[in-house]
Amino acid sequence: MEVIVKTEGIAKEFSSVRVLNDISVEIRAGEVFGIIGENGAGKSTFIKILAGLYQPTAGKLWFDGKAVEIRNPADARGIGISLIPQEFNLVSDLCVYENIFLGEELVQKNGFLDIKAMVSRTRQLLSELDVSSIDPYARIQDLSVAQKQMVEIAKAIAFDSRFLIMDEPTTMLTSKEVEILFRLIERLKAHGVTIVYISHKLKEVKRICDRVMVLRDGEFISLEEIANIGIDEMARRMVGRELKEIFPEKKPAAGEVVLSVHNLSVEGLLHDISFDLHVGEVLGFAGLIGAGRTELAETIMGLRRAESGEISLRGKPLQLRKPWDAVHAGLSYLSEDRQGSGIITSFDVVKNITLTSLREYAKPFISQKAEIEKSKFYVDRFSIKIPSLFAKLEQLSGGNQQKVSLAKSIDTQPKIIIIDEPTRGIDVKAKRDIYVFVRGLANAGISVIFISSELEEIIGMCDRVLIMRSGRIVGELPSEKLSEEEIMYFATGIKGGY
Amino acid sequence: MAVSIPKKLSLDKYGPLIALVALVIVSTILYPRFIEIRNLLNILRQVSYTGIIALGMTFVIISGGIDLSVGSMTALAGAFAILTLNAVTQGLMMFSPGWLGTLLSILAAAAVSIVIGLAAGFVNGFLVTKGRIAPFIVTLGTMAIFRSLTLYIGKAGEFRSVSSSYGDMGMSVILGIPLPVWIFFILAALLSFVLNRTKFGRYVCAVGSNEKVARYSAINVDKVRLISYVIVGLMVGITAVLISARLNSLSSTNAGKDYEMDAIAAVVIGGTAMTGGKGSVWGSVIGAMILGIINNMLNMLGVSPYLQGLVKGIVIIGAVSIQRGWFNNGRTEK
Repeated sequence: MEVIVKTEGIAKEFSSVRVLNDISVEIRAGEVFGIIGENGAGKSTFIKILAGLYQPTAGKLWFDGKAVEIRNPADARGIGISLIPQEFNLVSDLCVYENIFLGEELVQKNGFLDIKAMVSRTRQLLSELDVSSIDPYARIQDLSVAQKQMVEIAKAIAFDSRFLIMDEPTTMLTSKEVEILFRLIERLKAHGVTIVYISHKLKEVKRICDRVMVLRDGEFISLEEIANIGIDEMARRMVGRELKEIFPEKKPAAGEVVLSVHNLSVEGLLHDISFDLHVGEVLGFAGLIGAGRTELAETIMGLRRAESGEISLRGKPLQLRKPWDAVHAGLSYLSEDRQGSGIITSFDVVKNITLTSLREYAKPFISQKAEIEKSKFYVDRFSIKIPSLFAKLEQLSGGNQQKVSLAKSIDTQPKIIIIDEPTRGIDVKAKRDIYVFVRGLANAGISVIFISSELEEIIGMCDRVLIMRSGRIVGELPSEKLSEEEIMYFATGIKGGY
Repeated sequence: MAVSIPKKLSLDKYGPLIALVALVIVSTILYPRFIEIRNLLNILRQVSYTGIIALGMTFVIISGGIDLSVGSMTALAGAFAILTLNAVTQGLMMFSPGWLGTLLSILAAAAVSIVIGLAAGFVNGFLVTKGRIAPFIVTLGTMAIFRSLTLYIGKAGEFRSVSSSYGDMGMSVILGIPLPVWIFFILAALLSFVLNRTKFGRYVCAVGSNEKVARYSAINVDKVRLISYVIVGLMVGITAVLISARLNSLSSTNAGKDYEMDAIAAVVIGGTAMTGGKGSVWGSVIGAMILGIINNMLNMLGVSPYLQGLVKGIVIIGAVSIQRGWFNNGRTEK
């Protein structure tokens, strides 16, 4: 079979941290090439190099037998490579045909836009994809997630892409929509289009892919014909160790109720949320992206205003008027958006750690000695690797930034801590450190709300799991009933109603 | 733990100081009389008025804002200072109270000026935080409003003080150093301490660096920003007293003219980032001195006063481009 893309020794470093190491593969024309691996395994980095979003630190690329250098997405598009990102790249205020031709508009001889031609080409594309129900004039913001994805695909094939990369295409699709997508993939394949398919969902990979490559911690692990590898084996190679090894032992504690949320609603985001949190419990919140978990955390912290409902702490209603109120009441929040709302990258380690708890150090003037002492304590305790206590956070790796962020959120001495996607984009070792630490907090009697989109982490860490979908709690699973399938049934609406 | 300071950082920190020293050396070579104490004190006195405002402006700029209204605000506060001074002086005349009455009238004038400054700063801060209007627009608006009020009250003329003692205070020299210079340095020390050693100072930097992180860190962002405008208002109130006393009068058309330019320039030259998040009060003091020395040299060298704005403009743009990292291997800030 003909080889369309060949890589040799592709590697990528970010500020001298190697995230991808020596990847040499051949991708065949017209195949569906699966890539699997844990978060941080290097999948995204690899495809971003193919799509021209990143430049490799080392290595060579061939496309169609010719050595190529893909310096930017336009280069990639020029040779026929398109990436359909996980987060769509559509302008929501523009309509379908405008998005498809964005930056590549068809123009009449007189210089005006040739809207007719663009619309009719859009119709044709959509009918080829068997989704003629989408109106070329519809605004993107009015489309469903699945429809948006179809538009992304239409956009990719509009310009004769022969090489299509799909990054987690089914995360937000219902099972019916997944079927439509798979039929589409089959049809594209029949037209000779090569597809690189990234997914966490191994069953889908088994079903749709011809071959599968496994990456782990930036290293190539294996490349196998799909017929020769089972789902269990894929999982084993992805993780490279037994799950038990990376998660600390659970110690379920059924203490008294410390936090009680009753019928909490936020217009358009949260509906009738009720749950109890017990002392020393690690309570998981699972669900798909956009299910409302972060919004719930923000509401409990007083960062969003609740429309109705009640939050009580040890039976007393919690009044959230000022930003400090939640923190003062013993709550703390580790944001999912580390650099956007968790830490100040231009501040040093010390100033970040003490930012929320600063009043403890300022009586009335800041004692730098006390700040430094406390920061040293955290640096030792979490084995944070830093050049100096006065290093700016922007100089640190993601994992070390996250540890600083964690130190910051526990320096307020919380009784309850909400941890939102704590291991996103950090390496395995830092993850393990964070898991051990979170369990340590619970053992010390601190109650933890653990929000994560990584199911294995939810399963490995939590004593009890609530599943959210579209702003509602749709299911609850005790520790012994946790499985990826069961959680996904609730998260996608197969179980749990609504 | 070893504390290593990268080279880039030290240039960030000491750049303005190095520039100041270089400027002093060059000026002395070009014009030896520059280094005479009398000339230096003269420069310091000249820069202290806008310098005091620059101290407050430092907070506003670090917090991510800007205040264009400080010049008009100076005129308004100064006008009220003189009006109060005159009213109190005349009101007390019948009691022929002597030095006590003089003191009382000056204190009243200063108090009113400061209250006007605080109130004007509060208005700016309130509109920026609660009104959610861009600081540039808010203070552009209040700049026009404050000036217009001053012109109206003064009928576009001059406010003249009836108390010669007020003028004496403005000209007074303590231990060989003019009063405004004393106040400039004392306030600089005080505000530098506030910026570096209080919660508020740290919060100002946090808000200017990343407002969302600040909010998520339980910092009352609006309050922090509001207070920074009130601080600059306070500084304006103090400057208004000093400048109106210095002249023992105040022109409703010209008082405080271009003060915003000088204050913002001093802050920027002093190394505070226009993008907010970091900066230094003493840097602004140095920035004000650099501007003053340049003015002084241009005068001494007989350069047309019309060209002084040109030089000032080039210095400001140059200072910002250095911050932007032209000399930092092309690395730019986010």
